[in-house]
Amino acid sequence: MPTDKRPVMTPVQNTAPLAQAVIAIMRRDLKASLRQRQDLFNPLVFFVMVVSLFPLGVSPEVSFLRQSGTGILWVAALLSTLLSLDHLFRHDYDDGTLEQLLLAPQPLFLLVLAKATAHWLVTGVPLVLLAPVLGVMVHLDGNSIGVLCLTLLVGTPVLSLVGSIGAALTVGLRSGGVLLSLLIIPLYIPVLIFGTGTVTAAEAGAPVSGYLAIMGALLALALTLAPFASAAALRISLSNS
Amino acid sequence: MWQFFHKLGSPRWFFDLAGRLMPWLLVSGLLMSLVGLVWGLVFAPPDYLQGNSYRIIFIHVPVSFLAQSVYVMMAAAALITLVWRIKLADMFVKAVAPVGAVLTFLGLFTGAVWGEPTWGTWWVWDARLTSMLILLFLYIGAIALGSAISDEKFAARAVAVLVLVGVVNIPIIKYSVEWWNTLHQPATFTLTEKPKMPMAMWVPLLLMVLGLYCLFGWLACWRLQTEIIFRERKARWVRDRIMAGGRG
Repeated sequence: MPTDKRPVMTPVQNTAPLAQAVIAIMRRDLKASLRQRQDLFNPLVFFVMVVSLFPLGVSPEVSFLRQSGTGILWVAALLSTLLSLDHLFRHDYDDGTLEQLLLAPQPLFLLVLAKATAHWLVTGVPLVLLAPVLGVMVHLDGNSIGVLCLTLLVGTPVLSLVGSIGAALTVGLRSGGVLLSLLIIPLYIPVLIFGTGTVTAAEAGAPVSGYLAIMGALLALALTLAPFASAAALRISLSNS
Repeated sequence: MWQFFHKLGSPRWFFDLAGRLMPWLLVSGLLMSLVGLVWGLVFAPPDYLQGNSYRIIFIHVPVSFLAQSVYVMMAAAALITLVWRIKLADMFVKAVAPVGAVLTFLGLFTGAVWGEPTWGTWWVWDARLTSMLILLFLYIGAIALGSAISDEKFAARAVAVLVLVGVVNIPIIKYSVEWWNTLHQPATFTLTEKPKMPMAMWVPLLLMVLGLYCLFGWLACWRLQTEIIFRERKARWVRDRIMAGGRG
């Protein structure tokens, strides 16, 4: 029996290189969210609405707003990120894309990182861009607004990354939304503390580099650990269905 | 040695072990905490500054101490669940989470009661208090996630991931009083250093801590037994045991 008739195992041809796969996922997610504008704008509108509740509900006085403006903006940013997190994996879960991602030869944590980055680009970055306008509306001075935007720029990716863990854990559940907030808010508290702490220090005229360094450390920690946790959580969530 | 670990993973074997341990844990726990409590509340000398109001330390410190270490135990069990998939470990996480939540609440509550006469306020947004509140939120989150998922295996592993992520809070609680110099005093109770308080206060405190650990062990065994019976309700040995009458 001739041995050369045996089928030869050829390496899988369509294994895209890592960088290409990551970029492809990011482009796909960005395109998908640009086509569903509602999902893109609703968290932003929510952000503006929550901020405008405070002058109406508590006090429109300049002294109050100047003092608590950064906190209000940060809390509103945090809540609107939470609101958008439910969509992070939900659509992909519903149409089966998520299972394909799990089966892909590329390491899952990098794909999750790509998805979280895309999420940050469409939710975090608009928040940062919108913050100066709202900062003026709550009477923050120019220097504080600058520092606030800087903290949001460093802080919102942490929100997206840490949030991806909660989104991955609750993706298979029917009542994911509220549960997601319950799980994730405790983990957001350090970011909130240091984010507002930085602006408070800037207002007091203290150097902010130390605070920003801690925020950077939080970002580094989230960047390196959160994708692994959410990849593990995704595997658990999908093994159930 | 290895055989012991293999056995430890078997719910049936642990059920019997727990049954044998529980009376000892209960008796020694009750004995130590009663002695510690009476000694601390009645016989220990009053504090030169706070008078008698400091006596709540004999409840506040052991409860808060245990609240944190229960979380660490849960995290260790969560890691075992994820890595080795030992059933008993995930049962432990599920059985112990509500206990930890109650302990954390008690720690916060007794702290508030103590804060009123000494700090003049029930609550401050101090680093230690806030991080204990976060710990309470983490416990509640773990319980909520566990009860939202109907499938036992899935629930156990999802909760395990959440518990492990929450571990970042533990060092923050532990060192909060050293990193931020706030209202809450640094750790009152350590085994590694020479105690700063007189022996007549330190010994009852130690007794309370040890006693509470034993009582926690008893409660954990009890809840684990319940969980084991529930999960293995279709197994033959459970049926035999129930026919024979009671927990055995």
